[in-house]
Amino acid sequence: MKLEPIVGRYAHIGKQRIYFEEAGQGIPLLCLHTAGSDGRQFRAVLNDSSITKSYRVITFDMPWHGKSSPPAGWQNEDYRLTTGSYTAMIMEFARELGLERPVVMGCSIGGRIVLDLALKHAKELRALIGLQTGAYVERYYDPSWLDHPEVHGGRACGAVAYGLMSPLSPAPEVWETVWHYMQGGPGVFTGDLYFYQVEGDIRGRIGEIDTKVCPLYCLTGEYDYSASPRDTEAAVARIAGAKFTLMKGLGHFPMSENPEAFLGYLRPVLDEIRQAARS
Amino acid sequence: MIENLAQLVNRDPAIVRWGRHMSETFMVEVGDTRFLLTVRDGKIEKLEKGPFTQRSWSFAIRASRDSWEKFWQQPPAPGWHDLFALLRRGDVKFEGDQRVLMAYLQYVKLVLAAPRNA
Repeated sequence: MKLEPIVGRYAHIGKQRIYFEEAGQGIPLLCLHTAGSDGRQFRAVLNDSSITKSYRVITFDMPWHGKSSPPAGWQNEDYRLTTGSYTAMIMEFARELGLERPVVMGCSIGGRIVLDLALKHAKELRALIGLQTGAYVERYYDPSWLDHPEVHGGRACGAVAYGLMSPLSPAPEVWETVWHYMQGGPGVFTGDLYFYQVEGDIRGRIGEIDTKVCPLYCLTGEYDYSASPRDTEAAVARIAGAKFTLMKGLGHFPMSENPEAFLGYLRPVLDEIRQAARS
Repeated sequence: MIENLAQLVNRDPAIVRWGRHMSETFMVEVGDTRFLLTVRDGKIEKLEKGPFTQRSWSFAIRASRDSWEKFWQQPPAPGWHDLFALLRRGDVKFEGDQRVLMAYLQYVKLVLAAPRNA
C-alpha cells in the first residue's frame, strides 16, 4: 500500500460546509478547480514533492461541488455562480484558513477569476497563476442541455469535458477527468458556466490590472478551444507585465489530463515566485 | 473515410458500449454528400449514402469535406480534435433533435472520430 501525503478535512465557513485537501509546507498555494468539477483535479500538484517541499498546496471544493455541501435550501433554487460570489468565497476561504498572501492558481473559471482577484485583491496575494485564462467566452453551445431530465447530466457533462482535452493526453488521466465531471450534481456545471459565459465578462477592465503589485502568469494548453491560446494571448497583451506560456500538447484541464507534462510547465513558475519572495 | 464507419465502430466494444441504449437514425453530411447512419443498440446497423427522398432522421451533423478531413487526421491538430471544437470555430452545424444528440454525445463523438483509427 502506498499512502499519499494529501490530507482532506471539512471546514465550516459561514453557513457552508467546505471540503478541502492539502499537502506540503511553505508558501500557501491555493488551487481553484474548473466548472462542474472538484479539487481532485489537482491531485498531481498535491502529490509532487518538489513543489510541496516549499509550498503548502491547498484546494477546496466549491459549495455544490465534490464533497462540499450545497447550501441548505438548495432544492428551492437554481445554482448560479457570479463574479461576486466566487471572489468572496475564495477570499473568505483564504482568510479563514489564515493563508498569508497566498499564490492563487485557478483553471478555466478559476483562470478567469484570477483576473478579478488581480483587479480587486492584488495586495493580499503573492502571485496569480491562470490556467486556460480568457477574458470572456462566447456561448457556442447551449449548456441547458447539461441539466435536462431527459439527458443524463453526468454523461453529457462528461462528454463536453472529454472534447476539451488533448488527443495526446494519456487515456487514464483523460478518463479520470471525465469521471469527475460525471459526478457533478444536476445543474452545477451549467450554473458555473453562467459566470464563465454570461456574467463574468471582464474584457473591459483587464487593462487596469497592475502586475507590479501582484505578478500574473498565464499558462494555456494548445488544444483548448474554450479558452484557446489565442484568447489568453489577447488578454495578456492588454495586461502590462503579464506572462504567457503555451503548453504544447495539453488541453483545457492540464493539471488533471496530463499531470506530468503540466508539472513541467508549473515548476519553473513556482520557482520564480519563490525566488521573488526571497529577494 | 466515413464509408468504413460501420466496420470501425461495430468491431470496437469500447465504442459500442457508449451507445448501447441508442436506436436512432442520424445524418452526417460530408460536403455535398449525405449519409444516414442507423444505430441499433450501439452498433451501426446501416450506413446509407444519399441522395435521399423524404427520409427522417433525429439529428444531423453537417460539415465541409475539408473540415472532416482535418477532423480525421491522426492526431488531429488543435481546434480540429472534437465535434465541439468544430462547433466553436463555426465549422459544423447541429440540426434536428438536440436532446438525442446531447443524450448520446459521448457515443456520437467516438463514432465520428473512429476514422482516425482506420
